[in-house]
Amino acid sequence: MSELFSSKNLKLLTNPLNDNNPITVQVLGICSALAVTVKLEPAVVMTFSVMAVLAAANVVIAALRNTIPNRIRIIVQLVIIAALVILVDQILKAFLYDVSKQLSVFVGLIITNCILMGRLEAFAMGNKPWPAFLDGIGNAAGYGIILVIIAFFRELLGSGTIWYYPIVEKLGLYKIGYENNGLMILPPMALIVVGIIIWVQRSKNKILLESN
Amino acid sequence: MEQIFNIFVKSIFINNMIFAYFLGMCSYLAVSKTVKTSFGLGIAVIFVLGITVPVNYLIENYLLKEGALAWLSPALADVDLEFLSFIMFIAVIASMVQLLEMIVEKFAPALYASLGIFLPLIAVNCAILGGALFMQEREYASIAEATSFAIGSGIGWFLAIIGIAAIREKIRYSNVPAPLRGLGITFIITGLMGIAFMSFMGIKL
Repeated sequence: MSELFSSKNLKLLTNPLNDNNPITVQVLGICSALAVTVKLEPAVVMTFSVMAVLAAANVVIAALRNTIPNRIRIIVQLVIIAALVILVDQILKAFLYDVSKQLSVFVGLIITNCILMGRLEAFAMGNKPWPAFLDGIGNAAGYGIILVIIAFFRELLGSGTIWYYPIVEKLGLYKIGYENNGLMILPPMALIVVGIIIWVQRSKNKILLESN
Repeated sequence: MEQIFNIFVKSIFINNMIFAYFLGMCSYLAVSKTVKTSFGLGIAVIFVLGITVPVNYLIENYLLKEGALAWLSPALADVDLEFLSFIMFIAVIASMVQLLEMIVEKFAPALYASLGIFLPLIAVNCAILGGALFMQEREYASIAEATSFAIGSGIGWFLAIIGIAAIREKIRYSNVPAPLRGLGITFIITGLMGIAFMSFMGIKL
């Protein structure tokens, strides 16, 4: 058991949370990260969908890595991902119909979410299933953290709620003249919030600085 | 005809792939360092969208949709293969991109030299699959409408990447705070460009 969680394997889980975050450092999976973050709930559902697909796809590809011919590997990867995404999509439609409507095409777009292809190519093709599984969970968690941070600020400042709980109204801020910032709900602000997250992260973590 | 033109203009400016839906952000951020390469990628995206969306439109309407198989035999009229659409669309996109790559390589070597490396990348560009999925969700009435949506979205994406690449070329000469350099400032500029594009939102066509 201790072998399964050796420090090398644990690094696979913790690295993507900060030093090697899929969104702010590897620049993977931006599209969906920005589009589903108006409210916390879809952001969390999206995180778990990506986590399920990424962990499963990583395991399958890692298990098959020696039998996949190199030339057609992209198509093989896409087919495996697409099959998993169909499963997730059908489950969401059956049990969380409202959220699945909100996510609209973005569940389908998990297929072309660069996190998946990126991790499959960079990690699962060259590693055993168990590390690949941890890598999948870790990267999806790193993706999720950013999603939740963005969604938290957009929901709080844009709609004045946290997970549909009207916090601003309960605090009585509207009475003293506080207004929700409608701009936060609109798409461009998601980009600016990510920009600010990157700014904060990089000023704390100097290794990540870029020269230009 | 008017409807087709409306969809075209709408998909360039109002429902811009990048500024309204953030599709294809990954390659948008990764390739937009110089105008020249972004130009190549932008053209390739227009090309691939313009081909794959109509093909997917036909597949959607004659194979997958509920009752779409009725043209084969009346017995199949209530078959609904909608759940297969993701796997069909991505298979079409991946194979079309491969096919396109071979055709371009054979007949237009000059174009291939400039597009070559981008074509395989495009198979996993979310803007392409996103185009197919939006086409499915919005249920366009005819293949002409779907095509004009596809080409319009491609042009919108092209304009966005050219814009950001031009800005990034200039910003190299300015003094951006160190933690914001590179990725951070690109996000913020894209956000500001998005706000500018929002001014098209109120336009009724």
